[in-house]
Amino acid sequence: MTDPRIERQWTTRLRKRVEGTFPPEKVLPDTQPSYVASWIYVFGVLTLAALVMVIATGCALAIMGPTWWHVSGLGHYINSTHLWSVEVFFFAMVIHLWGKYFMAAWRGGRSMTWMTGAVTFLTSIGAAFTGYLSQTNFDSQWIATQAKDGINATGAGSVFNVLNLGQMLMWHIVLLPLVALGLTAVHVILVRKRGVVPPFADVPEGVVA
Amino acid sequence: MKPTSWNPDVDVAEWTGTQRPYDIIKEGTIAVVFVLIVVLTLSFLFGSPDDKPVTLKQWSNAAPIDFATTAFQELAGTSGVAQYGAPYNNVPGTGQKIGPVSLVNLMGVTIPINAAADFVLRPLGTQTSVPTVTASLATWQHASATQQQTWLTNYAKHLPTAIRDSVMVVTPNDAGPVPSLIGGLTTMAQSGALDNALLSNSTSYFSTNYTEPLLFLSDGTYFAGLASDKHLAGDQWGMMNETGSFPGQAWLWLYTFLYQVSPYSTSSNADALVWATMMLLSALVVFVPFIPGLRSIPRRVKLYRLIWRQHYRSEKH
Repeated sequence: MTDPRIERQWTTRLRKRVEGTFPPEKVLPDTQPSYVASWIYVFGVLTLAALVMVIATGCALAIMGPTWWHVSGLGHYINSTHLWSVEVFFFAMVIHLWGKYFMAAWRGGRSMTWMTGAVTFLTSIGAAFTGYLSQTNFDSQWIATQAKDGINATGAGSVFNVLNLGQMLMWHIVLLPLVALGLTAVHVILVRKRGVVPPFADVPEGVVA
Repeated sequence: MKPTSWNPDVDVAEWTGTQRPYDIIKEGTIAVVFVLIVVLTLSFLFGSPDDKPVTLKQWSNAAPIDFATTAFQELAGTSGVAQYGAPYNNVPGTGQKIGPVSLVNLMGVTIPINAAADFVLRPLGTQTSVPTVTASLATWQHASATQQQTWLTNYAKHLPTAIRDSVMVVTPNDAGPVPSLIGGLTTMAQSGALDNALLSNSTSYFSTNYTEPLLFLSDGTYFAGLASDKHLAGDQWGMMNETGSFPGQAWLWLYTFLYQVSPYSTSSNADALVWATMMLLSALVVFVPFIPGLRSIPRRVKLYRLIWRQHYRSEKH
């Protein structure tokens, strides 16, 4: 007989909830609806793959510090992989976003899936922007001095100082990646939970349009 | 069963049809390997840009007149930074607005910059081994505000415009210690000492805060000229460009575009208006599932029929 004290434990409750919401066949599915057959679906997984590359190349750059790549051939190459990972990431993400828009992918209780994806996109813009500010070269100087006016005009410049390299670097390598990765995790979990949105169809019987 | 309302832009009949095999692990692995190959290849073929940063030393040696003119404007309180307002200083009449609200002024001065003290006088105070500078600094600091203003006015009438034997040609005028202060700061900058002095203004030893040197640099015309040569100026869509021919932040195209068109391009509140517009548009994107009309566009445009063409084709048979 189950001990009621165990049943009331937070850990037990959480485990049962996770098990109920995410059975193994949802987390690691081996089938999917037959309508999921288009090249547009590729861009979601490509975005995730590019994000893996962005994080990996960023971590590689972090090992030797923010200015190493200016004086090392290997460092410069790794910086190039970081840049191109970001370009591929945004390319894939923008197509993914437009594709999902034209599929009206928020239908059927999937609005949170859409919103977490959209906020991840906006967060990624911030992450990329602070990356450009952290290059420690002419480009980062120029972008910082130009961007300050826009950000100051919003009032945010009083706490988010784009001319402060140390602050921007910390936002780039800690805060914004944490937010972006957290949102991405929630986004993917929601996709697994709700599944891929079905095509537009006729109004089912029993409902009125 | 009681009929319920149905909105085709919100509701969906969940799929009860056929399934097909799907290997999510294999798909993810192929995607990572594919992106890895693409990234390594692009990096090998094109690399990445890395134009060296501009220093005050470089600026003051390459364009000493521009540097000296900017230094004078900092001392006189007429430079862009000295007249900026919040968050750097209190200047009446400044602060962009959205309607009647100036968010920057609501936040106030949080990164205080006194252009004359921070960019000119304090750095010169570190030049204790240069007697002329020390004496000029003492003369300036012991003079009344009225006297200082008179010197500045007189100096402004004959700003140096030429270099002879690596020295600025200063027309004799009744400008007190001002020529010596400006000349001293230029010499200090040419030696590279000003870069370190401005960087360490705000801290005792360590610093990663480049606010002061970058603000000083952006007040002159030399830095902007270099950026324009690299097609990075605002009217060249500079915010989304990268040095060289590399792709920059292309995803900022709309933000950059707004600055090119009226009313943004002609407004004194351009930055505030562009940001307000972008925030509004971003909110529309995030909340599109709840916005009637906007969420109906996909159904009306029918691009989905191309995306799910196999599904619709199979439905016919």
